Amino acid sequence: MKKQKKLKEYRINREWCKGCGICVHFCPKDVLELDQDGKSSVIRPDDCIVCGFCERLCPDLAITIIPEEQEAA
Amino acid sequence: MAVHNYIRQRFFPHLWCPGCGHGTILNNMLRAVDELGISKNDLVMVSGIGCSSRISGYVDFHSLHTIHGRALAYATGVKMSQPRLNVLIPMGDGDALAIGGNHFIHACRRNMDLTAIIMNNRIYGMTGGQFSPLSGEGILCTTAPQLTIDRSFDTVELALASGASFVARTTSFHVREITKLIARAIQHKGFSVVEILSQCPTHFGRKNKLGDASNMLEFFKKNTTPFGSKAKQDNPELIERGIFRELDIPDYCADYERTIQKAQKGKSS
Ligand SMILES: Cc1ncc(C[n+]2csc(CCOP(=O)(O)OP(=O)(O)O)c2C)c(N)n1
Ligand code: SF4
Ligand code: SF4
Ligand code: SF4
Repeated sequence: MKKQKKLKEYRINREWCKGCGICVHFCPKDVLELDQDGKSSVIRPDDCIVCGFCERLCPDLAITIIPEEQEAA
Repeated sequence: MAVHNYIRQRFFPHLWCPGCGHGTILNNMLRAVDELGISKNDLVMVSGIGCSSRISGYVDFHSLHTIHGRALAYATGVKMSQPRLNVLIPMGDGDALAIGGNHFIHACRRNMDLTAIIMNNRIYGMTGGQFSPLSGEGILCTTAPQLTIDRSFDTVELALASGASFVARTTSFHVREITKLIARAIQHKGFSVVEILSQCPTHFGRKNKLGDASNMLEFFKKNTTPFGSKAKQDNPELIERGIFRELDIPDYCADYERTIQKAQKGKSS
């Protein structure tokens, strides 16, 4: 059966995030936004497809995505 | 996460500006090291001076932060004395191809088993935005208030002509490609050059009104194409990405070892 990744936990290190906005700009599902402190934050976690693009693009190594392996329905 | 096991976390947040492409290169380079499963003790990172060169301070490998333009000379010494070690040399475009240009072409020619990573942001970031041999024509820099008139080197063509046995290029937008190409380059026995186009939003971007870091990454996305693609035939302006050469020829240390054996045989007979 096909495995589909789901989001278990999304960690943003607010000490390291410099608010460049790259993750927000390139997320294909508009999951992220910059909050009032100018830090990346997860607004729509249910829409995240766990593609990992934001995690790899972040110049500050501030994003860690922990996926949950799930059987596709 | 695995990537965080390879950095000196005490130096984070790092010193690079918000949106600097050098951080993304670090991020995806560490993934290559992780994928290959190389022990930290078998890795040496040697760098010169520049924003890009600061990368050696952030990795938890053996590291040497040396002098501007001379990283390849130090790396050559490390490799000759300890050929079993993997040696990575990240360099800025100025570090590698302006002051370090002569070291670069001769390292290519010798085919020593080193991995050179050119973090090309087309400007001297650290010293405030002077033009480099990679800026190209029509660029606003502190040293060219009327725009640059110098033509640019093409890193890939220079490396190919100088004899490097592995030559590749990608950008800080093509993150999986960074990991893939650096992993291939590390595994390659011989001199490897991986050019990674990077963004300096603080100097190159701001002076040339290219928008923020995301806009500069959009440029890499739209103006590059895989090596040999049809898109390049239709639009010759596109910059090609991928592997341009991967040649299996004897590396310098192997030849040197044979020379030693030859000399020692002469002695015992
Ligand atoms: C021998 C010597 N000459 C000049 C300098 C000043 N200097 C420091 S970094 C640098 C260039 C940095 O540009 P680049 O190598 O492209 O790296 P970037 O900062 O853009 O990543 C220069 C000219 C120096 N430190 N040493
Ligand atoms: S890419 Fe990284 S540093 Fe930039 S806003 Fe997102 S989390 Fe922050
Ligand atoms: S993993 Fe993909 S979908 Fe999820 S937040 Fe990051 S970029 Fe968006
Ligand atoms: S000056 Fe440019 S190259 Fe240096 S850290 Fe800032 S953005 Fe990066």
